[in-house]
Amino acid sequence: MRYLVLIYDEETANPSPAPPDPEQWARTMGEYNEYTALLRIRGAYEAGEALQPVTTATTIRVRDGLAMTTDGPFAETKEALGGFYLIEARDLDEALELGAACPGAKYGSIEVRPIQELPSA
Amino acid sequence: MTEAGAAHELVDRLFREESGRAVATLIRVLGDFDLAEEAVQDAFARALEAWPVQGVPRNPGAWITTTARNAAIDRIRRAKRLIEKTEQLGRDAAMDATTGGGWGEEVTQTDGIDDRLRLIFTCCHPALAPEAQVALTLRTLGGLTTPEIARAFLVPEVTLAQRLVRAKRKIRDARIPYRVPPVDVLPERLDAVLRVLYLIFNEGYSATGGDALARRELSGEAIRLARIVAELMPDEPETLGLLALMLLHDARREARTGPGGELVLLEDQDRARWDRAEIVEGEALLDRALQLGRAGPYQVQAAIAALHDAADRPEATDWREIAALYARLAAISPSPVVELNRAVAVAMAEGFDVGLRRLDTLAGNEQLANYPYYHSARADLLRRLGRSAEAIVAYRAALALTTNEVERGFLGRRIAELGGARPN
Repeated sequence: MRYLVLIYDEETANPSPAPPDPEQWARTMGEYNEYTALLRIRGAYEAGEALQPVTTATTIRVRDGLAMTTDGPFAETKEALGGFYLIEARDLDEALELGAACPGAKYGSIEVRPIQELPSA
Repeated sequence: MTEAGAAHELVDRLFREESGRAVATLIRVLGDFDLAEEAVQDAFARALEAWPVQGVPRNPGAWITTTARNAAIDRIRRAKRLIEKTEQLGRDAAMDATTGGGWGEEVTQTDGIDDRLRLIFTCCHPALAPEAQVALTLRTLGGLTTPEIARAFLVPEVTLAQRLVRAKRKIRDARIPYRVPPVDVLPERLDAVLRVLYLIFNEGYSATGGDALARRELSGEAIRLARIVAELMPDEPETLGLLALMLLHDARREARTGPGGELVLLEDQDRARWDRAEIVEGEALLDRALQLGRAGPYQVQAAIAALHDAADRPEATDWREIAALYARLAAISPSPVVELNRAVAVAMAEGFDVGLRRLDTLAGNEQLANYPYYHSARADLLRRLGRSAEAIVAYRAALALTTNEVERGFLGRRIAELGGARPN
């Protein structure tokens, strides 16, 4: 069964204007590379991407045929979506185990949501 | 009572005791909570017709499981579900045919694991909200009806029904596995199960208002479920410790309420009304737990309760040992409430003023500031020290935080005894 692993953190919601510390950046990248490798070894990896901070987000809504475009995410939240993985897991316990291993779990929140597997047409 | 009424009550009681097993096994076999429950309901209806005529079966549990399984097959056929489910049931039936058709031990266990353990760990999965864990445990393993659970927790029936629906839906949609968790996560998962059982017990044991009968059933239910878990996991000392703790508290049940329904404090209780058998059983369980050599908070709390129960008069209570045990508890499971209870024990062991000084050091704690028992404990010590005016102030602080009528009555009486004006 597939699950979406959503990585939320404060840094994405409120990015500091200063450029990231290169050592810290390298360390974080290293951790995520290791995590992706772990997922692949477990046969769980389907997809995964990092997102740019919410300052780069644009929200669009269409009501009564009218498109409304606004700067920013759909809602201002303390933690914002910073990245995701799409994984294949045997059950929720395995999905949670893999979610907990995600580097983002240490300083942010990981939401694990099952994919609605719709019957193919 | 009419004959039909008596029969209904008997079937009710037997189903309450035995249906948990059937539900647990059917959930495993069918992979579906709702279908398992509906099948057991069908078996219940069948029992109401058959048992008054044919007599109660020698093994009601086996009868319920077999009948429910057949009812499930009927439902599946009617609903035209996947063939594989019927095949699975057919395979089980074939297996039973070769093992002599005995539905009992063979059916409720696979790989030597009792299905009821699978069920309770699933119900208490951390992915479910705590109140959903409680409701689902009571409904599926306890066999309580939705209205019974709603009444006991003072929650509208509709709310509780929704809670159950959502929980079962989540188990299905997020695919929470139906199993006893693997060793690496077992400790914290077992903690969750014990926490739910203790919560159920306390809900039934507490003096809060609402249906008193429903609450008595709740603590009885908690004990019954804790017995099952202790029986199935006899090498887990905290499981034994929790059951011991429940029994040692429950033993005092009859003496805790006065004739007018008022609260009777431990020191004022008629100890002749304590249940000796429960005390003996609780002490034996505690001994077994301690022999396993892995101390834990439930065992320590049970040891404290055992010391209270061992005293034939309040003056015979070993307060020094109780205070030492609270110190132990504070070390392994610290909390402001533990510190509060420790201070009270110290007061009884070393002197009211010593205990009061301890309590005063806790004054800054926000949790305790809003905890009525903190204020009533201070008030009690002040009263014993003859500091009546301060005692009245503290009793009033406790009163302001107490909604329960029985406890309000108690506090009001204390204030009046000290010469204060009775509150409204």
